[in-house]
Amino acid sequence: MTPARPRINRLFRFQWEPAQQAHVLLYPEGMVKLNQSAGEILKRCDGSKSVAEIVADLESAFNASGLAAEVDAFLLMAEAQNWINWNAS
Amino acid sequence: MNAPLLIPRRPGPLWLLAEVTYRCPLHCAFCYNPVDFTQAGPELSTDAWLSVIRQARALGAAQFGISGGEPLLRDDIEILVAEARQLGFYTNLITSGVGLTEARLAALKAAGLDHIQLSFQDATREANDLITNTRTFDLKRKVAAMTKAAGYPTVINCVLHRSNIDHLDRIIEMAVEIGAEYLELANTQYHGWAFLNRAALMPTAAQLAEAEAVTERWRQRLGKTMRILFVTPDYQSKKPKKCMNGWGEVFLSVTPDGLALPCHTARMLPGLEFPDVREHQLGWIWHESPLFNRFRGTAWLPETCQSCDEKDNDHGGCRCQAFMLTGDAGATDPVCPKSPDHALIDAALAEAERPGTVKPLVFRDPKNAAKLGRAF
Repeated sequence: MTPARPRINRLFRFQWEPAQQAHVLLYPEGMVKLNQSAGEILKRCDGSKSVAEIVADLESAFNASGLAAEVDAFLLMAEAQNWINWNAS
Repeated sequence: MNAPLLIPRRPGPLWLLAEVTYRCPLHCAFCYNPVDFTQAGPELSTDAWLSVIRQARALGAAQFGISGGEPLLRDDIEILVAEARQLGFYTNLITSGVGLTEARLAALKAAGLDHIQLSFQDATREANDLITNTRTFDLKRKVAAMTKAAGYPTVINCVLHRSNIDHLDRIIEMAVEIGAEYLELANTQYHGWAFLNRAALMPTAAQLAEAEAVTERWRQRLGKTMRILFVTPDYQSKKPKKCMNGWGEVFLSVTPDGLALPCHTARMLPGLEFPDVREHQLGWIWHESPLFNRFRGTAWLPETCQSCDEKDNDHGGCRCQAFMLTGDAGATDPVCPKSPDHALIDAALAEAERPGTVKPLVFRDPKNAAKLGRAF
């Protein structure tokens, strides 16, 4: 079984906002401004990557290690906020 | 000269609301549009709207709403949506659904429209058609199904008032039946036509308490499948609300005839000059114009508010409400219990409790507008 892959809920649009100098989630009549790590994680939630692949990608992009816990915690919160759903295998 | 060149500018608007027309096929008695809407000048051209959209996006606005009146009465909103979407706006169409055909929906979808908010007025044909003074109920249900089939989340807004609030259980049930993801239950705010009809629209305290209980029961039952937003009425909550999240802080509205406003009802305020988007750049209007600076921040607040701990949260409340009730747009919003004019609110609430005082509704239509000849 392939692990589930997170993707952004179709009710939201994710984009870079030059005026905010931040990634944001836009939704009907509202906007969430994201901090840098949230933006970098969500940028990778395209429905094609597993959580492990997202972690590996971030660690390589930022030359860091041990990001799994932070990514897990963020995705849990993002799911509770309805920002993401999961593509099953 | 020490020009303050290095002082960082305040942020630009986040919201652009284009009220593209005052024309409307419905005649809702709770409409917030000005009662004298027939006095407005000619509607902006497509090119003038495109220029407004581009300027607002350059200032940093990210949400674009098209509203009215009924925006579908203009045949160019597809062009406006396409431009806004292409510039990175999140695009919202706020509509009664009247005039939304399969062909127009497909064109709006192709233009990149993100979201449609559909208004419902009641859960039964009789009640819907009564308050809107039209026959539109079946059409609205058809439109809801059509937008859902086109892949849009179903977002329904229903304005609550004395004659539909007792049907709330049925209204929510209907929203579930048509598969809504969001339901906004907005208690009438008394502006424009709604102020004129206040006595007929104001629910009793018992009606309101029951409505909140009904909403809570449905929330428990539905969980995440449908979110219900219950907007409490200012009069009963006794808590002034920060006018549009702060005058000149996030919201910029443009009227059908091209006036820029910090809130969609501000046009009724006397003694203010409303900048015309064809004569001024939006950047000047937002940052420099006397109108947008008139009630910005808290420095202008009256003494009642200056000494209050809540002033940064509510900025003294709604300017239009203060004006309509006291004649002074710079007064503390009378819904606040600390306002010297709060007795006006208590009197309006007491009137709602007296049986037999309900007056007939005055419907929002050009004939009544001309006959009344007043702003609210």
